[in-house]
Amino acid sequence: MTAMTDLTPPAAALSGTVELRTADGWLAVCAADELLPGRGVAALLPDGRQAALFRDRSGRLYAIGNVDPFTGAGVLSHGLVGTHQDRTYVASPLLKQRFDLADGRCLDDDTVAVDSYPVRVASAAAIAR
Amino acid sequence: MAVTTAASRNTRDNTIVLVGHGMVGQRFLEALADRGVTERSRVVVLCEEPRPAYDRVHLTSYFSEGASPEDLSMVEDGFMARHGIELHVGDPAVAVDRDSRTVTARSGLTVGYDTLVLATGSYPFVPPVPGRDAEGCFVYRTIEDLLAIEAYAQGVGSGAVVGGGLLGLEAAGALRGLGLDTHVVEFAPRLMPVQVDEDGGQALRRSVEGLGVSVHTGVGTQEITVGADGRVSGMALSDGSELPTGMVVFSAGVRPRDDLARACGLPVGERGGIVVDEQCRTQDPAVFAIGECALAADGRVYGLVAPGNEMAETAARTIAGDAGSFTGADLSTKLKLLGVDVASFGDAHGTTDGCLDVRYSDARSGIYRKLVVGSDGTLLGGILVGDVESYGVLRPLTGSVPPVAPEHLVLPAGAGAPVTLGPTALPDEAVICSCNNVTKGAIRGAVTDHACTSVQDVKKCTKAGSSCGSCVKVLGQLVTAELEASGVEVDKGMCPHFAQTRAELYEIVLALRLSSYRELLDGHGREEARGTDGCEICKPAVASILASLAPTVGASVHVLDGEQAALQDTNDHFLANMQKNGSYSIVPRIPGGEITPERLIVIGEVARDFGLYTKITGGQRIDLFGARVEQLPLIWTRLVDAGFESGHAYGKALRTVKSCVGQTWCRYGVQDSVRMAIDLELRYRGLRSPHKLKSAVSGCARECAEAQSKDFGVIATANGWNLYVGGNGGATPRHADLLAQDLSDAELVRLIDRFLMFYIRTAEPLERTSVWLQRIAGGLDHVRDVVVHDSLGICDELEALMAAHVAGYRDEWADTINDPERLSRFVSFVNAPDTPDPTVRFVPERGQIKPEPILLALTETVTA
Ligand code: SRM
Ligand SMILES: Cc1cc2nc3c(=O)[nH]c(=O)nc-3n(C[C@H](O)[C@H](O)[C@H](O)COP(=O)(O)OP(=O)(O)OC[C@H]3O[C@@H](n4cnc5c(N)ncnc54)[C@H](O)[C@@H]3O)c2cc1C
Ligand code: SF4
Ligand code: FES
Repeated sequence: MTAMTDLTPPAAALSGTVELRTADGWLAVCAADELLPGRGVAALLPDGRQAALFRDRSGRLYAIGNVDPFTGAGVLSHGLVGTHQDRTYVASPLLKQRFDLADGRCLDDDTVAVDSYPVRVASAAAIAR
Repeated sequence: MAVTTAASRNTRDNTIVLVGHGMVGQRFLEALADRGVTERSRVVVLCEEPRPAYDRVHLTSYFSEGASPEDLSMVEDGFMARHGIELHVGDPAVAVDRDSRTVTARSGLTVGYDTLVLATGSYPFVPPVPGRDAEGCFVYRTIEDLLAIEAYAQGVGSGAVVGGGLLGLEAAGALRGLGLDTHVVEFAPRLMPVQVDEDGGQALRRSVEGLGVSVHTGVGTQEITVGADGRVSGMALSDGSELPTGMVVFSAGVRPRDDLARACGLPVGERGGIVVDEQCRTQDPAVFAIGECALAADGRVYGLVAPGNEMAETAARTIAGDAGSFTGADLSTKLKLLGVDVASFGDAHGTTDGCLDVRYSDARSGIYRKLVVGSDGTLLGGILVGDVESYGVLRPLTGSVPPVAPEHLVLPAGAGAPVTLGPTALPDEAVICSCNNVTKGAIRGAVTDHACTSVQDVKKCTKAGSSCGSCVKVLGQLVTAELEASGVEVDKGMCPHFAQTRAELYEIVLALRLSSYRELLDGHGREEARGTDGCEICKPAVASILASLAPTVGASVHVLDGEQAALQDTNDHFLANMQKNGSYSIVPRIPGGEITPERLIVIGEVARDFGLYTKITGGQRIDLFGARVEQLPLIWTRLVDAGFESGHAYGKALRTVKSCVGQTWCRYGVQDSVRMAIDLELRYRGLRSPHKLKSAVSGCARECAEAQSKDFGVIATANGWNLYVGGNGGATPRHADLLAQDLSDAELVRLIDRFLMFYIRTAEPLERTSVWLQRIAGGLDHVRDVVVHDSLGICDELEALMAAHVAGYRDEWADTINDPERLSRFVSFVNAPDTPDPTVRFVPERGQIKPEPILLALTETVTA
């Protein structure tokens, strides 16, 4: 999979709704300010799968699969975000493997990856808050 | 009839027989092996004790540090087999026939020798007072003595030691450690008369008394009085007084065991000791004597290991055909007794012609230092009482002119002393480890030529620091200095984002009153890491520093507020412990393990209503497993209503303070251990630290609460509380060290406050107190200096920091359920707050739930 993360404005200016693209199109997930820099939230997708959405320190948004492939538990959204050689990643809270937030690749095991999803912020004007 | 062993190595050209397998005997065997003598000669050892050589010097650590007889062993696994040495344990030599060159053992074994080495050590001298053989009289020399003392002490309340010298004080420390009311009776007008002078003796007396040992000097023991049951009941002293006591330990000096030598006609000294020359040979060229049984060429019998080891080396060299001689040794000593610092070295009493002394004495803090200096400025010796910090540097300087004026060497740091003399100032010839005769040059060589990169490596390579341990601190400083000098880049940085250690970051946060991780990273992180997201190592570590200092640096006290929320480990972020299937567990605080039936019922009801798996933990409380994120606030609302609060099972924070039932109910209890455990748990609850903190309080020395396996453990005594620190269960268990004795409630709390805050300040992330205590330079002694004697002058600050923590404490769960913003995080899905996570599933087991085993759908998650 390729990196398809949208560049978004800096954190302070972030408002509007975070949307994530699935096979069926864009899905509204939450208000942008519900995402704390450095932490994630989980979203339930229409097909029953789960995604983990994150926002990093510079305001950039990411979405990858939420289910930790090493344990089968839906927990990646609860992990800690960090930077490794300019890549932003989340460390699984269970066994601590790191996943690149841009493309879902596991940084500690080349053979493993989770899905990754494009994310965007829908214009604030379009949303009644 | 003589039986001769059919030894596997009797093809070898000659036979060496060693009689006595004590400390010096073992060193002799190692020296033989080092020189390859064991390859060419058959070596037979007759060992009287039921076990091979062990570290006699550290006998007292059996009581004070919980060492086991095995821990004390000095023989490396497989040593005898590797070198083909025949060791006969529990079989002493009973006769030597010099004409036929044979030795006969008690079992009847007779061995022919080409060379005989006597290393039979000493026996404790018991003065001929009436009653000395009564039940309850002991000596203190072997592990067997120690086991007997320990067993007998169970049944008595008090004990007295005859003799106030080095060993007497060690024995007193051991009795004190067994919880006895302890007395020391010394005939001389002061304690340790051989090592210290009168002023030093006074300072020493004060610190010994401070440990709760009663000191009687200038009185002799006239009689041991015996009760109708034949057991010791007390002592009659020369001043006419009576001292009631349940047991007596004689420690009135030692005498060389030279009986074998006498019996076979070898010359012995007037006051004992087998006469040897500079090569440690007796009058018979085939017989050597080494260690405490020998009367050295300088006319002395040495009662210390260091000279013994030198004799062992000398004899081994001579036997191997190398040159070597022993002409005398230094009598430096440092008392290992916990809580009393005293050291004496070189010409401590100033007997050299024309010498002068320089003294510093502070009766208030019990510090006395004296240096003896020759007319040309050479340092000749000295006495240190109360603070022996400088011993490691001063002893090696003995015999040379120190680079700083002697008055500066006795003044306390900061009191006009312009320089503190570090070990780097020592010349290469300076002997750093006197027990093993290792010079500074040899230690540097271990690093530069033998690629040692740690103190551990250097100890193994040079043996420095492997005996009495008093040189280990200086050793550590030298190794670090040498590593740095040889350009080994020791990156002490915490992670790729910070070049500092955790302790350094703590100081930065405290000094600059920083309250934000970003500020710290952007201002003080590694250049390339500034502006990044950090990592899962530094974020929780900084979160912990901010949390421990929150009230002081002005950060929010709640760990889920503002930026702090993003730094917390997952468990802290949800104030619960994540389990293998993504569900969480709940551990309410149950201080001291005490709980009312009503509260137990509430826990039962909550568990039943939410279908939680319920288990009693190893920490004397109850864990409820299997809650989904969105259930946590509902469950905690019920618990908080019933008066429960967070147990911080998720945090690197205080976990539990376990207790035994104690004096209130138990027939043996001497203090109210439950009350103290509850008080301590409530005082330190919520305290974030580098790793989790555990504690326990036992009501008496039976130790039902296992306090000695805790980070800080408290054991009741008749007079108050003993505080132990640095214990650990887990993967690498460690018995805690005794930090201080017989503390009042207030003293105990104050000392724990200081200890914890000092640990929080200086430990690395995820470093338990046990590891920290062993890692930091100076170890326990240093920590004691800092928290008991306030050597860094920071105790007021440590106490103030703890006071701020205690005053600022709030229950995290109560605060969370009352705050809608914090609560909004407790959902499985942000876009479907009412939908539970379908991957969290359970199946029944033994009437409760357990996580459903997960089958990983690998095809779905693995991509190329
Ligand atoms: C629940 C409990 C087991 C039980 O059912 O009895 C438990 C459970 C866990 N222990 Fe423990 N330990 C529990 C008592 C102990 C004890 C006994 C004690 O405290 O008296 C020990 C040995 C004592 C000690 O710590 O020195 C203990 C030594 C460990 C260790 C090893 C620590 C070490 O220094 O070697 C770990 C691993 C770690 O912390 O890195 C650990 C880690 C854990 C973790 C946190 C592992 C994890 O990361 O998932 C477990 C999760 C707890 C949870 O989900 O609630 N647990 N653990 C006990 C909770 C006690 C409590 O009430 O808080
Ligand atoms: C509690 C305590 C604390 C001490 N602290 C210090 C200290 O801090 N610093 C220091 O330098 N020194 C200290 N010492 C002294 C130190 O232990 C001795 O100097 C050292 O053990 C001497 O070694 P050794 O081999 O000569 O004698 P030992 O270690 O006594 O060994 C002699 C061995 O020979 C055995 N033996 C005797 N006769 C026979 C026989 N006929 N056949 C076979 N075996 C025989 C004995 O059973 C014994 O095992 C301390 C001693 C004690 C007891
Ligand atoms: S430690 Fe002592 S007081 Fe406490 S329960 Fe055990 S025997 Fe009783
Ligand atoms: S001085 Fe005793 S071990 Fe080094």
